[in-house]
Amino acid sequence: MSRALKITLGILLVAVAAGGIYVRGLQRRISQLGKPQQTEAKARREVIQAPIATPTDVKVKAKLYWVSKENQGALEAVETELPLSAEPAVRAKQLINALIADVPSAGQRVLPADLALLELYLLPDGTVVADFSQALATETPSGIWSEQMAVDSIAHTLEANVAGARRLKILVNGQETETLAGHLDLTDFFELHPVEPVPSEAKPAPKVELTPPPAPGKLKN
Amino acid sequence: MVVIDPAHGGADTGARGEGGTQEKDVVLVLARVLRSELQRQGLQVVLTREADTDRSLDDRAAAGNAPRRGIFISLHVATVGLPGTARTYFYPAPSGATGPLAQGIRLVPWERAQEPFAAASRQLAELVQVQLGQKLRGSPEVPAAAAVRQLRIVAAPAIAVELSSIAAEKKELEQLAPALAAAIARGVSDYLAASRGGVR
Repeated sequence: MSRALKITLGILLVAVAAGGIYVRGLQRRISQLGKPQQTEAKARREVIQAPIATPTDVKVKAKLYWVSKENQGALEAVETELPLSAEPAVRAKQLINALIADVPSAGQRVLPADLALLELYLLPDGTVVADFSQALATETPSGIWSEQMAVDSIAHTLEANVAGARRLKILVNGQETETLAGHLDLTDFFELHPVEPVPSEAKPAPKVELTPPPAPGKLKN
Repeated sequence: MVVIDPAHGGADTGARGEGGTQEKDVVLVLARVLRSELQRQGLQVVLTREADTDRSLDDRAAAGNAPRRGIFISLHVATVGLPGTARTYFYPAPSGATGPLAQGIRLVPWERAQEPFAAASRQLAELVQVQLGQKLRGSPEVPAAAAVRQLRIVAAPAIAVELSSIAAEKKELEQLAPALAAAIARGVSDYLAASRGGVR
């Protein structure tokens, strides 16, 4: 075999090897592109809402309100075991995060998957101020009933699990907005009616299911 | 006078179905059919919009507040619910009214315009819902209280009626218009009879 032929074969082998590596890389990139893209809000939620854990966390059976499996137009309580803080504001955050992230099935979702709870405050008078990302306004299905269900899922979950929560104020991106998604009034407070006692390890909450229609949160001036 | 409010309009499409149905278009058709039905009863009727135009909630409420003894009906299409059913809403009465209205002061704050009409709105909603239950089978038997922003700022008996659902084709929803209009009109008629004297 001549020297020139050997050099040519060598170059060809290197080119084939390089081509193989390039094609494999290209395949990896194509498969990554095929995966669903994360929205900005979802990515932000994952950063902001790393699971909240506190030293006082205790696993309890909490009652979370999602869409009923039997009736898509109603909510029902689902008992879910969650590590919840003894500190009410942190507990409320953990619960709302679970409402968004731990939906039992896709058909039971009430709050948008991309929604992020940006901040939550519990004021001394029992007012819970929940500040959500823009997805609350843009991705909650527009309509009186669907918006009412979104508010009720938050309100009833707080009522059932957070002692001392008396009323709820919903903000979007830190601002008061006129409506949730075009219908429900967010300029006022939603009155909460806490169920006592709230769930604990010693005394699990009584199993009570909402029957349609769910009681809407009432406004209090 | 009855003020009919076809919700949304213009850039505000309201709910949108996967098949392209837009709430703003459907409610305008429903409003026109309801107007005819109410006019047949001899009532004066005004629509808050006659075309595909956007009006603020305050503007619509102002139209509802203009007649001294009117009724306000806001029309919507839901994104959820059993297709072909409808639900009526009234604004929840505040618990323990202690503000200026309870003290007899006549100057009504804009944000509390609905407060003195809470009981009347509820009665109207109940009477309309009874009719909806009969004419649109599967509809709930009772209306629901909901903090609908549009109703809060109306100084008159005010309800919202939401037809299900936007998932249907526009034509299918429009076919429900006569039954929906007949039910609402009958409910309004019953309310006027019950409240003696009426708003004609």
